[in-house]
Amino acid sequence: MTAQDVELPIVSNEDVVRVRQLVRAVAAEAGMSLVDQTKIVTAASELARNTFVHGGGGSARVESVVNARGRAGVRLVVTDNGPGIPDIDKALTEGWTSGSGLGLGLPGARRLADEFELDTKAGEGTTVTVTKWIR
Amino acid sequence: MSDGAGKAHLPELLRSGREAVLDRWLEVVLEGVRGRITERELKAELTELYALIERAVAGGDEEAGRELRAALAEISRSRARQGFSPSETAVSVFAVKQALLEQVSATADMQAYAEFIEFSSWVDDLGLVTFETYASAREQVIADQMEQLLELSTPVVKLWDGILGVPLVGTLDSARTQVVMETLLERLVETGAQFAVIDITGVPAVDTEVAQHLLKTVMAARLMGTDCVISGVRPQIAQTIVALGIEFGDIATKASLADALAYALECSGIQVTGRTEA
Repeated sequence: MTAQDVELPIVSNEDVVRVRQLVRAVAAEAGMSLVDQTKIVTAASELARNTFVHGGGGSARVESVVNARGRAGVRLVVTDNGPGIPDIDKALTEGWTSGSGLGLGLPGARRLADEFELDTKAGEGTTVTVTKWIR
Repeated sequence: MSDGAGKAHLPELLRSGREAVLDRWLEVVLEGVRGRITERELKAELTELYALIERAVAGGDEEAGRELRAALAEISRSRARQGFSPSETAVSVFAVKQALLEQVSATADMQAYAEFIEFSSWVDDLGLVTFETYASAREQVIADQMEQLLELSTPVVKLWDGILGVPLVGTLDSARTQVVMETLLERLVETGAQFAVIDITGVPAVDTEVAQHLLKTVMAARLMGTDCVISGVRPQIAQTIVALGIEFGDIATKASLADALAYALECSGIQVTGRTEA
């Protein structure tokens, strides 16, 4: 299965599972270790669910990337057009939740990935980009 | 199709050309079924339909129209269960137009053409009936399978006297957690078990939602006086849970189901020893 640069919609709970399966497929194809595969898959799961629950749905793009030093990795870009995150520091604080979750999803995803980028504007939406490099 | 008793060219054509139209119809439909139905079965089906169409087209027979719809519904339901595609199913109906049109054009009868147009839109309606039945039959199949899966995927088994096992496989969403929790708590009441081992070997990824569901299940069981052990924590899952910062608190976790069973046995004061020959 060649799954590269694929974009998936996130509008239901089933789509979260689909994003997870796609990330796993891309990571496995890139030759990532099982531990790192599980990490990026879990990060994808958290971010996709955030998009679905808080962002009111959006989309996820998964791509295999190579950095300047020739290192391969997997990048996931999750975008929504939701209300945005009013307080980024708070959202990245462990245990703080705006809903009924554990409040570990966003900070957890940041720690699971090697690179983490959060771009949000109130009322316009949120884009989160995470990258995991192959060790 | 009701009128036309006086100028009925089409009913006459249907009667006189019965063999030819049926054979052609059968031929067209057979192309699509690719051996999933035998020719004889198909011929019996189509002959029955043809007789009903004849009666309905002749007019004045409302019973025939109802029977025809019922017969079509039955056929589309069985097609849906046999895994035919919607268009393959609808073609079995639409093909009669093609077969009949060949007869009509052979006669070059303008009146028959005019009647054929009416017949054609009537067959289109029948096609829609098959399509709708097909869709609802497929939805029924999917609903049945989902229910079976939900039941299949959440067994609670007895591992030992007073020790229950809950092997979880696949994605753990809210609906499934609810079923797992209900089944587990019911079995706890029935058996009065002291320990429950929740095995997550078959859960591919444990994220915060799965963890939260697990914690809630353990809490509920605990309120009923049962201690839970979570087993099947593989290295990659352990590392991910640590990175996510999920705390399992004082809940016992084990790498394998065997470890968890041994732990539960030990806590229950049961000793398992190999037999020694005297």
